[in-house]
Amino acid sequence: MSQEEKLKEFERKIESGEKIEPKDWMPENYRKQLIRMMSQHAHSEIVGMLPEGNWITRAPSLRRKLGLLAKVQDEAGHGLYLYSATETLGVDRSELIENLHNGKAKYSSIFNYPTLTWADIGLIGWLVDGAAIINQTMLAKSSYGPYSRALIRICKEENFHKKQGYEIVSKLAGGTKKQKEMVQEAFNRWWWPTLMMFGPPDKDSPNSAELMKWKVKLNSNDDLRQRFVNLTVPQAIAVDLKVPDPDLKYNEETGNWEFGEINWEEFWNVVKGNGPLNKERLKVRNDAHDRGAWVREAAEAYASKHSSLN
Amino acid sequence: MSSKISNLTESHLFEYLLRLGDDRLILGHRLSEWCGHGPILEEDIALANVALDCVGQAKSFLSLAGKVENKGRTEDDLSYFREAVEFRNLQLLEQPNIDFAYTIARQFFYDVYSYFLYEELSKSSFDELAGLAVKSLKEVKYHVRHSREWILRLGDGTEESHAKIQEAVNERWRFTNELFEDDIVVESLSGEGVVVKNSNLKTSWNEFVTDTFEKATIVKPVNVIDYSKGSRIGNHSEYLGHLLAEMQIVARSFPDAEW
Amino acid sequence: MKDSQHKLWEVFVQAKTGAPHEHAGSVHAADSEIALQNARDVFSRRNEAVSLWVVPSDQIVASTPEDEGPFFDPANDKIYRHPKFYSVPKGVRM
Repeated sequence: MSQEEKLKEFERKIESGEKIEPKDWMPENYRKQLIRMMSQHAHSEIVGMLPEGNWITRAPSLRRKLGLLAKVQDEAGHGLYLYSATETLGVDRSELIENLHNGKAKYSSIFNYPTLTWADIGLIGWLVDGAAIINQTMLAKSSYGPYSRALIRICKEENFHKKQGYEIVSKLAGGTKKQKEMVQEAFNRWWWPTLMMFGPPDKDSPNSAELMKWKVKLNSNDDLRQRFVNLTVPQAIAVDLKVPDPDLKYNEETGNWEFGEINWEEFWNVVKGNGPLNKERLKVRNDAHDRGAWVREAAEAYASKHSSLN
Repeated sequence: MSSKISNLTESHLFEYLLRLGDDRLILGHRLSEWCGHGPILEEDIALANVALDCVGQAKSFLSLAGKVENKGRTEDDLSYFREAVEFRNLQLLEQPNIDFAYTIARQFFYDVYSYFLYEELSKSSFDELAGLAVKSLKEVKYHVRHSREWILRLGDGTEESHAKIQEAVNERWRFTNELFEDDIVVESLSGEGVVVKNSNLKTSWNEFVTDTFEKATIVKPVNVIDYSKGSRIGNHSEYLGHLLAEMQIVARSFPDAEW
Repeated sequence: MKDSQHKLWEVFVQAKTGAPHEHAGSVHAADSEIALQNARDVFSRRNEAVSLWVVPSDQIVASTPEDEGPFFDPANDKIYRHPKFYSVPKGVRM
């Protein structure tokens, strides 16, 4: 087949909703975009372990400790699924990890914000995982088979994450005066960064058009953001939390909760590495990796001495 | 509680359940510190699994302890509102992680002990304890497999890994004598068939550890002066206080709160 | 020494006895024992498995997309492999 025929066949598959599999022919840019996007997603899971992991040792009850540890462990698992799916595109996990560690690859900016109180754990579960679920439910329908399969598994497992978070939030919101203050304060900090998680507005999103053409993404950033706000505002109201946005109002006609202007300057700043904890997050990842090098070497050495295990 | 059990036995049983619970709570807590910092992603997940099992078992034992005590204390009251000197865990388990070798050495020593202990506790005349032991034994079988395989790999891996695990074993060995100590609590409960004497587990433990060390080319420490004593009556290293300060801070900052 | 994330293993999970082993994903491990442990920890966190297989990824031989036509199409018209091809007298239950 000529290049042109291959491209036609590829586009036909995309059009008809067939999945693209690793060995299928694909345009170089499709592969590149997928590697960028999927590894970014994987890195987000791994770096995303840190802000919550920060509270495992301080969880205020054994039930919460178990729930949080299981959730953070799930994130490691999801990072692993996503790295594996990315590897089907012919790139090594060690290479992907190196790109994270040297700052070449990006991850979700939300994880550069600090977790300051126990309430943050509730907010992350409710808002950050809530936003991630909306994004991932869309991506589970993505045109690339391994990505789609990984996400179907992830969505199934992440079901409890958001519920866990909202349970913490509602307990705090219905608790003592101090607990109520704690959860409102945390809500004020997390609300806007969560809205930024869906990425820049459609008009400033450089990769969106191509990703949508190839059905890697099926909805635009702004659509998903609106869907999230519509879903979340009633949940906030249900537990008496005040959304920190004076411009927020319900539009009877569209059924949308309209919200105020997002601070895109802050967004781009954090993306560029100037967020509150960008440097710290990367340092923790690098340190863990460096300190684990001798363990990985030992495992390799042992395997080469015991050939029956290969 | 079963009517067969006398008041004295009840207070012994409470003590014993605290030991079981505290051991696992403190070990699980230490393991959970690894979450997000493991040497490779797969191992991060593995360590978290063991930590989850430990904290889960702790929750069950402490909850049962609270019931036996019958003063209305829950597993959370016992975990978050006792002082270091009231904790009954072994000093071995509160020692800091240091690195993967120290973590695995500590884990291996305790997993092997736990395994033989649960085998015996599964036959306890106290049904609730026997039930928990049966369930926990399944989990610990896997823990032993995990830590033993890593002992082999670190011992028989590279020169560097060998040196590190040998050092960790040498350093942590002195805490292992305490695993096999008996006192009035254990003596009286074992007399009633509720628990097993720790000293009875020593031979099996030694054989298993020696065999693994041989395969891993690790030299078993000899003539180690043992100065860890009295964990079971509240003597601890200074590490426990710091661990608890972190673990208990939120719960204690809001003592009237529910979570 | 170049960093290694260890080699790749494909994981197959049997959800209950009698069911086939299905591909679940992959893990990295230096050897088969750790691969099996990792598979257990990663793919059976929610009690999804009664049995696991791990296979070195580089040992899997796969058909290529170019094979698609000649490999699979000929099976299309072998209608005699399907029960509908055969008829039995009315009223007889098979």
